[in-house]
Amino acid sequence: MLSMLLRRLSLGFITVALVSIIIFTGVEFLPGDACTAFLEREAQGKLLENCRRDLDLNRPAIDRYLDWASSAMVGDLGVSVNGQQSIAELVGNRMNNSLLLAFCALLVGVPLAIFLGVITALWRDKPIDLVFSTAAIFAMTIPEFVSSTVLILVFSAWLGWLPGIVLTSANASAAEFFPEIILPVIVVAMVMTAHILRMVRTSVIDVLASDYVRMATLKGVPYWQIVFQHVLPNALLPAINVVALTIAWLLGGVVVIEVVFNYPGLGRMMIDSISDRDLPVVQAIALILATVYVSVNLTADLLTMIANPRLRTLHMRK
Amino acid sequence: MPPTLAVPVIKNRNQNRLFKVLSDVMSRPSGAIGLSLVVFHLVLAVISPFIVPFDYREISAMLMLKGPSLEYWFGNDHLGRDIFSRTLLGGREAILVTGIATPIAVLWGSFLGIFFGLVGGRVDEFSMRIVDAFLSLPWILKMLVLIVTFGTGIGVLIPTLAFFYGIPVIRIARAATHDVVARDFISAAKARGHGRIAIIRHELLPNVLDTLMVEGAMRWSWMLLAFSSLSFLGFGASPPTPDWGLMIADARGFMSFAPWGVLAPVVFLSSLIIGINLTADALAKALGIDRIQKAPV
Repeated sequence: MLSMLLRRLSLGFITVALVSIIIFTGVEFLPGDACTAFLEREAQGKLLENCRRDLDLNRPAIDRYLDWASSAMVGDLGVSVNGQQSIAELVGNRMNNSLLLAFCALLVGVPLAIFLGVITALWRDKPIDLVFSTAAIFAMTIPEFVSSTVLILVFSAWLGWLPGIVLTSANASAAEFFPEIILPVIVVAMVMTAHILRMVRTSVIDVLASDYVRMATLKGVPYWQIVFQHVLPNALLPAINVVALTIAWLLGGVVVIEVVFNYPGLGRMMIDSISDRDLPVVQAIALILATVYVSVNLTADLLTMIANPRLRTLHMRK
Repeated sequence: MPPTLAVPVIKNRNQNRLFKVLSDVMSRPSGAIGLSLVVFHLVLAVISPFIVPFDYREISAMLMLKGPSLEYWFGNDHLGRDIFSRTLLGGREAILVTGIATPIAVLWGSFLGIFFGLVGGRVDEFSMRIVDAFLSLPWILKMLVLIVTFGTGIGVLIPTLAFFYGIPVIRIARAATHDVVARDFISAAKARGHGRIAIIRHELLPNVLDTLMVEGAMRWSWMLLAFSSLSFLGFGASPPTPDWGLMIADARGFMSFAPWGVLAPVVFLSSLIIGINLTADALAKALGIDRIQKAPV
């Protein structure tokens, strides 16, 4: 178990290290650097020289990479080119907002998705399944900016029930985001619920068809006891992994939703810094999001392993 | 039996199979609806320049934000342009870009995936780490960095989409390869003394191809989603090209008093993407593959 844990941890670390190399070399190979991007047309002669000297761009790439990576590991992500502010501070604020959005969406989405996923699987191919499965395909496939736009049109422009745009500043406290956060949460939760629902449905159907469920049925165990004792505990394990992927998506993938609702999260900061070509900020966000992705997946795998004794022994035998 | 004799038989079976799969797709209500939507949009993309009633660039101050009328069926946008014409034309660039980028992505991704799946060992292990590293970054970050640097033309969008959307295909193709290689018929072919290449061509590829076909359909819908999102954000199609994502972005500001500007492209874009997904779903069922959808990427 311990060796397994160490192996997974080191693999995760290797992935993050590779990401950091990809990000760094990517930025390195693209035409222009932080200084030409920042100075734009004035990027020549003395000004460019000074800027490069200030940002230490004249040293060899490997030196700079090692410097960047080692200070990133202790939480120092450098300063942004445009605002000359500490990136850790800038990102921290946005991260809190993204976490708030993610937390609200998870709170609504996960229980709803599991409930609906189980219902649709138990009543497979019945009207209730068709309704929710089709709704899930719709929620999953319609572009987020389309569903957001339609929701704003209906609930904000026509009915006037909810504010359609977030006007709260980036460093406001969580409470100040209500009720503006409700519509973005609905959109995010909708997409997320659809994905988790489908996953839960498939896995419940799989377990229902398994030998031990058939055995229990033949033994005469009451249906609902089978569902709660045998099916659900086994079927809901894979959901942990989907929820993990969803958390990663919630922090870095909801860019479009954040733009539509003007929500000051990490995603909008990412877009803004890419448009401004504020490369140090882009690098920092990329590194953070990759680390989040790797660590939530790792956590999910470990949780699954702890919860499922079969997987545990399977890995030990290997 | 000499191999020359076996070839026409196999070909014939393949054709029959394609027909069978297609009719299976059409026999499911979702598949029939989906495929009709896709075909409708593809036909429309080809013929729309010849059937649109008005020039999509024609600006008119008189017609600004006018509602639907007998002459202008879907109304007019904030520059007085005909929304009906623009909506009919609005999928062309998206379909062109994703229609070229999808096959490229699936091809190179599955080539590498099958290769790594067969080779295994250190090469495979290391390459998968790189794939993981790429997958751990949000798609929009990877793509925007390239697009902002190199510009937003088709010449940049196609290779960018084809590259980044091929990476997850590597994983799928590799997993499918591992799946097939472990089956008995591969051992049987080995025992019969078939060569490596023959086994790959006649035993492995046909079986992996099913998975890749479904994967290709899914990639297409995700790419369309990505392209229209990029357009919406201002990094995809550039004005005055009529594009659904761009049209929605433009019309959003006037949506409270001129909602027709948003509704027409919303319905068209959604119907195409839903059509592709319904088709992919029905295709997966017809081919007997479970299409397990993971979290959004």
